[in-house]
Amino acid sequence: MKLKYEPPPQFFLNFFRWFCHPEMRDHIEGDLTEVYQDRHKHSGKRAADLRFMIDVILLFRPGIIRPVKGHENINQYAMLKSYFKIGWRNLLRDKGYSFINIFGLAMGMAVAILIGLWMYDELTYDTYHENYDRIAQVMQHQTFNGEIGTQTANPAVMAEEIRSVHGSDFKYVLQSSWNYGHTLTYGEKMFNKEGSFFEPGVTEMLGLKMIYGTRDGLKEMNSIMLSKSAAEAFFGEENPVDKVLRIDNQSDLKVTGVYEDLPDNTSFRNLKFITPWSLYLKTNPWVEKMENPWGSNFTQTYAQIADNADMEAVSKKIKDVKLNKLPADDRLYKPVVFLHPMSKWRLYSDFEDGVIKGGGIDNVWMFGITGVFVLLLACINFMNLSTARSERRAKEVGIRKSIGSMRAQLVTQFFSESLMVSFFSFVLAIGLVLIVLSSFNTVAGKNIVLPWTSPVFWMVGVGFSMFTGLFAGLYPALFLSSFQPVKVLKGTFRVGKLASLPRKVLVTVQFTISIMLIIGTIVVYKQIDFAQQRPLGYNRDGLVTTSYNDERWKHQDAIRNDLLQSGAVVEMAGAGSPTTAVWNTNGGFEWEGKDPSLAVDFPNSTVTHEYGKTIGWEIIEGRDFSKDFASDTAAFILNESAVRFIGMKDPVGKVLRWDGHDFTIIGVIRDMLVQSPYLPVRPSLFHLSKENLNVFIMKLNPDMSTKESLSKIEQIFKKHNPSSPFESSFVDDVYAEKFGNEKRIGTIAGFFASLAVLISCLGLFGLASFVAEQRTKEIGIRKVLGASVANVWQMLSRDFVILVILSCVFAIPFAWYVLDGWLKGYDYHTNISWWIFVIAGGGALLITLLTVSFQAVKAALVNPVKSLRSE
Amino acid sequence: MKKYQLGEFEEIVILTVGVLYKDAYGVSIKREIETRLSRNVSMGALHTALKRLEDKGYIKSFDGESTEERAGRPKKYFQITALGKKAMEYSRATREGLWNSIPKVALQGKMVAYDI
Repeated sequence: MKLKYEPPPQFFLNFFRWFCHPEMRDHIEGDLTEVYQDRHKHSGKRAADLRFMIDVILLFRPGIIRPVKGHENINQYAMLKSYFKIGWRNLLRDKGYSFINIFGLAMGMAVAILIGLWMYDELTYDTYHENYDRIAQVMQHQTFNGEIGTQTANPAVMAEEIRSVHGSDFKYVLQSSWNYGHTLTYGEKMFNKEGSFFEPGVTEMLGLKMIYGTRDGLKEMNSIMLSKSAAEAFFGEENPVDKVLRIDNQSDLKVTGVYEDLPDNTSFRNLKFITPWSLYLKTNPWVEKMENPWGSNFTQTYAQIADNADMEAVSKKIKDVKLNKLPADDRLYKPVVFLHPMSKWRLYSDFEDGVIKGGGIDNVWMFGITGVFVLLLACINFMNLSTARSERRAKEVGIRKSIGSMRAQLVTQFFSESLMVSFFSFVLAIGLVLIVLSSFNTVAGKNIVLPWTSPVFWMVGVGFSMFTGLFAGLYPALFLSSFQPVKVLKGTFRVGKLASLPRKVLVTVQFTISIMLIIGTIVVYKQIDFAQQRPLGYNRDGLVTTSYNDERWKHQDAIRNDLLQSGAVVEMAGAGSPTTAVWNTNGGFEWEGKDPSLAVDFPNSTVTHEYGKTIGWEIIEGRDFSKDFASDTAAFILNESAVRFIGMKDPVGKVLRWDGHDFTIIGVIRDMLVQSPYLPVRPSLFHLSKENLNVFIMKLNPDMSTKESLSKIEQIFKKHNPSSPFESSFVDDVYAEKFGNEKRIGTIAGFFASLAVLISCLGLFGLASFVAEQRTKEIGIRKVLGASVANVWQMLSRDFVILVILSCVFAIPFAWYVLDGWLKGYDYHTNISWWIFVIAGGGALLITLLTVSFQAVKAALVNPVKSLRSE
Repeated sequence: MKKYQLGEFEEIVILTVGVLYKDAYGVSIKREIETRLSRNVSMGALHTALKRLEDKGYIKSFDGESTEERAGRPKKYFQITALGKKAMEYSRATREGLWNSIPKVALQGKMVAYDI
């Protein structure tokens, strides 16, 4: 039966080959073919084809079909187990190296976690409120002194006007007072709590979560709603509804509800109680009697737009609400009313020329980028150390490959090792975060907790460490697995010059980032220092302030006498604003030669005669207020900036008209730093008055201890004003708060910079030890031939020093560019001097040398006999 | 609990492997069953049974020669193992036990036909 071979139908044969289990494929195919030949001979091609197809289809059954993932997968579990075992042994074999790797990566991760939590906190600011998307603050742009200023302060009639003109676009438009401290009393208990007067819709608008009472508790004038913490301070666990509290020793208010405290990451976090706006109007009767209610801005307005309304469209609609109500004179200020949505309160709150310029979002970006950098540094360490040690594992790779490992398997092996390291690091990082979280909170001014129970956090965390592991393991995995077994095993394998190039690039990247962070830290601190050194214009040593109230106002002369007599205070005065803030500004000034279209607005503080003496301002022209001149009640003292702005020569004795009244300029003082230390001093005025005083300013007796003075002062205030608690603050402290934000940036930048340097140095240390170990024999031979320790040290350090110098070259222009932009955001700013770069570069170099030298000297000191005798 | 698992078709296959002795491979087993039992045997059913028997350890296999009509694919020969022999004996013994237990009268009388 010698016959021609007849091929069976190709399509079905291929189908069979595809689905059949590889172990059985060959001989079943043989059987099929043999039967086919037989049938072809006896029954012809068509019958044979048909029966072949049937056979193939009948073979398509469990037992014959191959497993979905291919039969080699049966071994996967064991193989993975072996990868982890080998990985674990490798970690143990080189404890120092493993420590550097895991610890470095853990630090990077801890920083990333902290920054992640911080960013999450910032980005979810105010999202506690259910109407988050629809709430806005009504604000206005006005043009003062030729510049557009943006403010939250509004006339008290703003909400009413918007409601009556544009009511259909809003769900709520609510007028409110500033949120500030009030004295609340219940029986013997007396606390100072921050709270606001609000129109009733506030509870619904903010979506307050009620614990006792309902959200419509502000309908009656004499009612008050307390936050949980405030309620607990007075009533403990008891239900306080219907209890009566006294506010500011003035009105009795019935508690109508208790709401859950607003969390720390909300703008209303300090709203500890709410009372009705009608109460505000009753206790401040002048508000409703104002001749020009649109002329003064002293309250705030909040709004929730209608459910179907668009924030921007509504904002455009209301822009002329105030302008239309103003008398012609006041229109010079060109007020533009707009809505600032809640979603932008926190991160986009800086306005320049009527446009949002930025705000907190800058910090979010800055920290976010820094966090990524620090993590990148840690990943680079991992990559560098793994590739540097590759020669040690080259043999392993060679043997694995010759036994039959495929490249993909080796890649998997190295990935599984790096994943293992990254998971160890993640666990360690969580530990590190736990340790530093509380101090981080202090620095960042937050109250962040680790969200242990949040599955999202763990998913992100684990996903993140997987990503880090894969990213960090990418280069080693691809590089090590590419070795050729023949070369490796023959011993001719040498990682060429090119192989160390990526490593050098990575070290350069690392040090570029570190040096940039160092430069950044120095510049931030220099800027803070510069602003702190800025001349103050008065003497803030021993200055203490406390607030006025009705009773204190009545007894102010007696208080002054008692204080001076007690010896606790050497001088004291009353003022409308403290020396650290502007609480009042006025327009309506006229002078000779003023441009009639210019609308002005000057900080204008009421003071008593002793003000200048108390704070120690410096008169550069004319004289201080004096009781010898009765006419001083119609006199101004100007600061230098005001003189410059007005453009008068020899201003003393000239007349400045204010709301139609003549005021004589009697003196000019050196500019005092009152507001931001980074902004130019505003043109300011001072005039005498016994009304409108808000703060007592006292100069403590330097010969008496502060504690003693304060207790005497407190006694005297208690004597004259027993119904209020005595609370005071030092001008020093309040002034220091002005630097809070910059200090925070400085501290955090310093923290990151030191971490970056530490991580980079850890990596460098590992690399140096590797290089020294690799060149042991070379060093031995060199020493035998007469090289000195210094020679060897120089040889080993040179490479690294070159890299660091290269990093400086990259880092300096980039850092200069970024920081110059940052500094330009401040009107009053320091310069970036050359010595900063020298210090940063020199510092980095020094640290590098120290790190490398340890290994280099150690290697250089080894007795050549020992290093050459081995093998 | 069954001591030895041996299905009806499996039993036929393993018996045939025994019959063919040193010449038992896919096609020959198929032909043998088809001629002896006059029934069609699909390739799928046969190989599934062979695989099951091999997995159970009743038969073992080794690669044989390849021929032109097989397009160069090797034959796979099967052989009964000791365990397989035991399984066959067990199966035979249980059947014989059953046969022997049937009362003679049951097979002598007329078969009763049941209409439904």
